[in-house]
Amino acid sequence: QAHKEEDNPQKTMEVNGLTPVPDSYDYDLIVIGGGSGGLAAAKEAAKYEKKVMVLDFVTPTPQGSSWGLGGTCVNVGCIPKKLMHQAALLGQALQDSRKFGWQFTEEVKHNWMTMTESVQNYIGSLNWGYRVTLRDTKVTYENAYGEFVGPHTIKATNKKGIEKLYTAERFIIATGERPRYLGIPGDREYCISSDDLFSLPYCPGKTLVVGASYVALECAGFLAGLGLDVTVMVRSILLRGFDQDMANKIGEYMKEHGVNFIREFVPIKVEQVEEGTPGILKVTAKSTTGDQIIEGEYNTVLLAIGRDPCTRKIGLDKVGVTINEKTGKIPVNDEEQTNVPHIYAIGDILQGKLELTPVAIQAGKLLVRRLYAGATTKCDYVNVPTTVFTPLEYGACGYSEETAVEKFGEENIEVYHSHFWPLEWTVPSRDNNKCYAKIICNIQDNERVIGFHVLGPNAGEVTQGFAAAIKCGLTKEQLDSTIGIHPVCAEV
Amino acid sequence: GKNEYDLLVIGGGSGGLACAKEAAQFGRKVAVLDYVEPSPRGTTWGLGGTCVNVGCIPKKLMHQAALLGSALKDAQHYGWNISQPVHHTWSVMAQGVQNYVKSLNWGHRVQLQDKKVKYFNIKGSFSDPHTIRGLTKAGKETVVTADNIVIATGGRPKYPMHIAGALEYGITSDDLFWLKESPGKTLPSFILYVSLECAGVLTGIGLDTTVMMRSIPLRGFDQASHISKKKQICFTTQQQMASLVTEHMESYGTKFLKRCSPTKVEKLKSNRLQVTWKNADLNTEETDSFDTVMWAVGRVPDTKSLNLERVGVKTNSETGKIIVDASEATSVPHIYAVGDITEGRPELTPVAITAGKLLAQRLFGHSSELMDYDNVPTTVFTPLEYGCVGLSEEAAVQCHGSDNIEVYHAYYKPLEFTVAERDATQCYVKMVCLRERQQRILGLHFIGPNAGEVIQGFALGIKCGATYPQLMKTVGIHPTCAEEVTKLRITKRSGLDATVTGC
Repeated sequence: QAHKEEDNPQKTMEVNGLTPVPDSYDYDLIVIGGGSGGLAAAKEAAKYEKKVMVLDFVTPTPQGSSWGLGGTCVNVGCIPKKLMHQAALLGQALQDSRKFGWQFTEEVKHNWMTMTESVQNYIGSLNWGYRVTLRDTKVTYENAYGEFVGPHTIKATNKKGIEKLYTAERFIIATGERPRYLGIPGDREYCISSDDLFSLPYCPGKTLVVGASYVALECAGFLAGLGLDVTVMVRSILLRGFDQDMANKIGEYMKEHGVNFIREFVPIKVEQVEEGTPGILKVTAKSTTGDQIIEGEYNTVLLAIGRDPCTRKIGLDKVGVTINEKTGKIPVNDEEQTNVPHIYAIGDILQGKLELTPVAIQAGKLLVRRLYAGATTKCDYVNVPTTVFTPLEYGACGYSEETAVEKFGEENIEVYHSHFWPLEWTVPSRDNNKCYAKIICNIQDNERVIGFHVLGPNAGEVTQGFAAAIKCGLTKEQLDSTIGIHPVCAEV
Repeated sequence: GKNEYDLLVIGGGSGGLACAKEAAQFGRKVAVLDYVEPSPRGTTWGLGGTCVNVGCIPKKLMHQAALLGSALKDAQHYGWNISQPVHHTWSVMAQGVQNYVKSLNWGHRVQLQDKKVKYFNIKGSFSDPHTIRGLTKAGKETVVTADNIVIATGGRPKYPMHIAGALEYGITSDDLFWLKESPGKTLPSFILYVSLECAGVLTGIGLDTTVMMRSIPLRGFDQASHISKKKQICFTTQQQMASLVTEHMESYGTKFLKRCSPTKVEKLKSNRLQVTWKNADLNTEETDSFDTVMWAVGRVPDTKSLNLERVGVKTNSETGKIIVDASEATSVPHIYAVGDITEGRPELTPVAITAGKLLAQRLFGHSSELMDYDNVPTTVFTPLEYGCVGLSEEAAVQCHGSDNIEVYHAYYKPLEFTVAERDATQCYVKMVCLRERQQRILGLHFIGPNAGEVIQGFALGIKCGATYPQLMKTVGIHPTCAEEVTKLRITKRSGLDATVTGC
């Protein structure tokens, strides 16, 4: 028997009370979550000839919506959002075009189904594209819900409920988030979220958007742009965390362009008045500053009050990964490592990091290069640019004015600003004092540009280059000495 | 002093007005002369110069009209029900544009008044280094004297005088933007950005447009004035951005007559124009009739009537442009020049404006800052726009050698083109960097929608000495076209497929 035990080191270890270490794991790396971060990491790892598996699974929404591989961005985020924003912008362009000499009938109507079908077709092609890419790069993909059952073991449950176990040397958690519900009567039964909106098989009609996040404002914005009656119910401020001066300008613009705002109210119940697609819902709301109660009827109620990380039901407690109990987010070090050395996390679930697709992609790629290619570069989370695609777009990079004042002191910063009138808005007589740009400079550091904000058309295109310049340490003097391109908005 | 004014500016365009207004800020006595010699067709305009009246402004507005035509087509894919057919009415557009331009003319006059700059609508010429003599439209003579004189008279379109009928029957950009009626079937001739931009506009609003080109497109964008010995590589790459732009225009509907030169223009009984040309490839002579023939064969500096020889201001004998040094000084003390009229400077409004301002600051504001003419960004507003800053690929190769530069590139597809089912074959970005350790960025080229908006910020980066690693550390904004710049990874050297796939 002793002889046998010698031949079997694993057995020996068991006998001695140590955890058995398998000779080899099924995979070098298992990525839980096939979204922006997860797929980027998986594809990168495959480049270094690692055996990689991606588990992706979408728990259907309360309304029953679901989608394919690719995560939030592709299916229910950036992509459909921008396309529908474009549809709304085109509505405005139609109006402008008359002043530029184009002639067509007075009445132009929008067909929700035509748009949604086109958008969903495109998304379908992306889902397909990702499946092909994973296959081509020899990444194993399973459409199954992954959860930890042991330090190196994942249980994957597919749609049919069939369970399989897989082991890996390392794991990357990239499960992202899902929209939050209010926790009031009628919310899950009757309300929809952004998870449902982009594939809604009927026009939402008169819509109440609850929330003041960029998701709420972007959705409200394009719905109004398509000709729908839209109301936004805001508990307190708009775009928390963003420069408030800019946030207010965005709100003002939306108000002037047909979006109704109900400020300082929260819904307390949602009831169905009439069934249908859409039906009629009655919303009761209470004031946050007093006892006032109001009621309103809408075809659709869209909740956009925030997103919660998908970290509570994936067995993290079983493997000892710490999460922030309150928020569900996972704290990591600057190498995206959790408190368990062989388990990493990237993307929206990270505590204290930005919830953006390009950040998740960057973090995923660099992490994998550090793990398998001997690289040392860490993800640079400083001065990450972003854009809010509201009807008047807002691009930003660096400090908001209030954060800059807080950090450096009002006397040590200089804010340069200007309104501008895009040339393309002149002929159709569109607003001549709404577009706005400002830069925040640190006087004590050579007037270094520490914040850039622009409100106007194509804000994303404008902001990207400035973000690169800020990364290079742009100063006011260098900005002044750069010649503008004429005539474009960015030259302001 | 004995001179009436501290500063006299001849030419009320981008450079001239900027210089005059800046000088007035220092409390100086300033006068501006502006006069528009009517075009051969009789077109004339108000204060503001080329940019405002017959350049950038009307051009971009008409470009927008054309883009809106495409937007109308896209809109149907996005669910907007627009009844067909959709037509374009030139006069509605022209009126909208012309009204806006007139408001700018008015705005400039008000600004000059507010800043106490004296404005003369006269055509002036030098009678001595400090004296300008001029005639008003009514023929009244005025004499103005000044301590310092700045010449900012800009340029006017050239006519190809060797082509019979060119002057009598053709129009130029000076006339196009002021036409009250549609130009109909148009032939803009030769390839300069003006020609391509105008052709793009005309095609976009539904007119039958043909561009005739003698040789290579966008010759003005060849930053290297002499093609190096590595001709093969240079020739193929020199064509690259220009070809992509013209390829797109071809698929967009503009017709191109390549390697053709017009020989004569005649008027037909129907009032249409018959153009005859030589086709260099087929060695044949061909002919067709058009409603309008527009010449865009280059611009000539407006110096003839100034009497420069009288005061000794030297000009380049080939180009006619005024020779200036780094401080915009001519060969005559106290006489300066800014803008399109100066030799060796990019012919761009923002360049003229900045040069004019800095000049005024040096003359009257105790500044010593000189104008930096390097890394000036610019954009060609063709149907698919082309924005660039820094060196072209061939100039970089010429300066540093092809072994010392790395070119990163990518073909991408704007998200908005997907649902609209638009062809993105020519949407392209390329970045030219030094290969050595720092990998400093020498040039950035972008073809796609909103190219100007995309390039502007990167121009700032290049001014800061941006390097490839710094750009790679910059996170992209998603989803935009500009983010493709931060995602550039494939080099030309590798020979790998540079098409961007997926998210």
